[in-house]
Amino acid sequence: MTGITLTVNGSRAEADVEPRQLLVYFLREQLGLKGTNVGCDTSSCGACTVLLDGESVKSCTVFAVQADGSEVTTIEGLALDGELHPVQQAFHEQHGLQCGYCTPGFVMATVSLLNENPDPSEEEIRHGLEGNLCRCTGYHNIVRAVQAAARAGS
Amino acid sequence: MSILGNRVLRKEDPRFLRGEASYVENLPLEGALTVTFVRSLLAHARIVSIDTTAVTALPNVQVLTGADVDAGPTGPPPIPVLEQRMTRPLVAKDVVRFVGDIVAVVLSPDRATGADAAELVSVEYDALPVVVDPQEAAKDEVLLFPEIGTNVAGRAGSPEHDEQLFEGCDVVVSETLVSQRMAACPLEVRSAAAELGSDGRVTVWLSTQVPHRDQLGISGTLGTDPGQLRVIAPDVGGGFGAKSAFNAEEALIVWLARHLGTPVRWTETRSESMIALPHGRGQRLELTLGGTQDGTVLAYRIDILQDAGAYPGLGAFLPNLTGLLASGVYAIPRIEVDGLSVVTNTTPMTTFRGAGRPEASQAIERMLDLFAAEIDMDPVEVRRKNFIPKDAFPYKTASGATYDSADYEGALALALRSAGYDELRAEQRRRREEGGTRQLGIGLSSYTEITNPLGETEFGEVEITPDGGAIVHTGSFSHGQGHETTFAMIASERLGLPVERITVVKGDTDDVAKGTGTFGSKSTQIGGMAARGAADTVVERAKELVADYLEASAADVVLDAALGRFHVVGTPEPALSWSELAGRAAADERLAELKAEHEFGAPPTFPFGVHVAVVEVDVETGQVELQRLVAVDDAGTLINPLIAEGQVHGGVAIGVAQALYEDFVYDDDGTPLTSTFVGYAFPSAADLPSWEAIEMETPTPANELGVKGIGESGTIGATPAVHSAVLDALVPYGVRHVDLPCNGENVWRALQEAKA
Repeated sequence: MTGITLTVNGSRAEADVEPRQLLVYFLREQLGLKGTNVGCDTSSCGACTVLLDGESVKSCTVFAVQADGSEVTTIEGLALDGELHPVQQAFHEQHGLQCGYCTPGFVMATVSLLNENPDPSEEEIRHGLEGNLCRCTGYHNIVRAVQAAARAGS
Repeated sequence: MSILGNRVLRKEDPRFLRGEASYVENLPLEGALTVTFVRSLLAHARIVSIDTTAVTALPNVQVLTGADVDAGPTGPPPIPVLEQRMTRPLVAKDVVRFVGDIVAVVLSPDRATGADAAELVSVEYDALPVVVDPQEAAKDEVLLFPEIGTNVAGRAGSPEHDEQLFEGCDVVVSETLVSQRMAACPLEVRSAAAELGSDGRVTVWLSTQVPHRDQLGISGTLGTDPGQLRVIAPDVGGGFGAKSAFNAEEALIVWLARHLGTPVRWTETRSESMIALPHGRGQRLELTLGGTQDGTVLAYRIDILQDAGAYPGLGAFLPNLTGLLASGVYAIPRIEVDGLSVVTNTTPMTTFRGAGRPEASQAIERMLDLFAAEIDMDPVEVRRKNFIPKDAFPYKTASGATYDSADYEGALALALRSAGYDELRAEQRRRREEGGTRQLGIGLSSYTEITNPLGETEFGEVEITPDGGAIVHTGSFSHGQGHETTFAMIASERLGLPVERITVVKGDTDDVAKGTGTFGSKSTQIGGMAARGAADTVVERAKELVADYLEASAADVVLDAALGRFHVVGTPEPALSWSELAGRAAADERLAELKAEHEFGAPPTFPFGVHVAVVEVDVETGQVELQRLVAVDDAGTLINPLIAEGQVHGGVAIGVAQALYEDFVYDDDGTPLTSTFVGYAFPSAADLPSWEAIEMETPTPANELGVKGIGESGTIGATPAVHSAVLDALVPYGVRHVDLPCNGENVWRALQEAKA
């Protein structure tokens, strides 16, 4: 076991973890933050995307010990005072989700994408979200949601 | 103004957006043991021995093998055309029949320990000959069930050939098309958890589309009373047909909870799901179509060979649906269908978005294109010439379906206009004359399909709450389809309550008296109608209550649906709102009167549409880029166009995925080669364009709302349109056939063969 200390959604978390513990299972099982989903075992689907020091990562590709000393934001940490984050709001208004399983990952990836590029073209959005898979929406309304969030942010 | 037909934002969204959804894996279930299945790595083998000593030596870990499990087997659905003797033991005892068959069950305190322990189970196998190709399986040389003496698991139509079928045809074209095997890939894999209660009942939480059906099916498999099993389907992260039947795993979870008396839970890994969650499609279609030089189709023969996988399930039945829809949207006087399902040493097959209808549509659309090419007629003209006319409905096809309503010509005209068909053809001519490497292809498909295919009946119940809101209990289920919004809208329109005051409850066999779940795009047309009927009865009962309170006759009480208030006809005051009425009824202990059940059953309906696809094909590399997909989909009256459009978008993406990307592949030994998201070509946003979805509404007479199903139509229309577009681009290069999916490799190979 290895001791780690990190900040998750603004709160300090200290824990002993197995060195092989993935960040996603640390978040879900040790911290009880079950909003981050697991959709695959090959780092292909992006359902587990969170922000690590402000940048999106697939939390299944990061060991919990690697997050020691870092700041992590999960989907639970996005809404401010109960109000949906503009990206969450845009996904709602554009019908950018159906079963909702990929949604936390897409929302976090979008937050990161718009941080890097506040006014992306459709092509930049599609390539920027290439690491996230959705089986329900055909991506159309996800792209619309990202565009709407970009407009709301500008 | 009615709320129906408006783009109402989804009520269910916030919990998903906030990360507060209730997927099975999120259930706390204190003290539950984690189940890990040890699965066969061989496709066909006799189990010689299983050594579990290394596992039993571990602290807090148990392991069970087939000898320990005295329940099961599971069998095919009880349909007479399916071979009922081809059953699947819950845990293999003697023989494994596909890579993924369960050979042992490990119980551990947590996931990681379970994964480690499963590695220590040592199974000695005696390999048996493997059959992967359905054509080989049909020869009955390698048998999966030698005691039965054949691999044939199901039949459709008739093997009898009418020698005169193509009489009078000047032109006869033939083609073989393989609608390849696909993995459904719901983003949430399967998950199950179960607990034995102190009352002796087991509660199981399942990631399923069909909680009530699972309650009956699992109880039947385990030989227990359905009343002793409560099934709860919480939030479910997609199903796409693959979660419309329970499998050995779900039955085992229930059995383990009862057998051990300890709560158990299981969530498959993605790599496990790719081989263990049943697959879809997997049909080989031998097709012959005949007609006259003027473009009239006279006869069509469709021979279907369905790969049923190792244990026949719903997939083995699907040639029946393919056969039923064989005629497509065309008036074809003579049709012959012969369907055969055979078992192979592969993952079992089930329904996958479209389920038998995409294959029918892929087949007839390809044949129309080939027929058009043979007589040198534009594919649009051939279709127009053979459409079932708008005034011919109800129309019974030669393949046995009775279509309810449609306007194929109207859908075609709308699609062509929206796509700018003539301009596209002009651009194609220009590029062909230029002779560059990037050639344009234009494809179209005009399709119909069948929703609520089994003509089922659904259950609904509406109750008024003490504060004057309403709860709709539905036997239908939603795993992304938005029932919490659509059904609330339907009830809202009848009750005159705002959507925000209506809660939709589903997925719990204790909370909803009965149900059929969700598959075959049937939810709104039967589940929505059942909710509507229940709401109407509640309104009638409310009028009686109001009559008592206002000292009037119930026949004179009316509901002002715009305001949600009851009053005597012609006298707006005094009036009672729902909340006033509910409050008084609650105080008088008469609230139970404001509750009603309704069951609604109706025959199937037949949505239809036309898709136009535009592709650019690099004729040197074979690379295909889908540039546009114009989709006109008509599913009758739309309750919520926002949700309906979303269904079309998602459906189209899966149709395109079949046309261009996905293919679940085995080697000759039955080893799956595409069992992860790295190997399986699930398209991302970067692989697909935006869709041009165009609404059209031709109501059905099958229900008062005029609604048909919209969940699968996009998938059914898109694949043949894109396939046709790729082939259209390759016409000048002498290519007549490209295997699905039309990925770079298959297109390049077709180009090389045409050159040779």
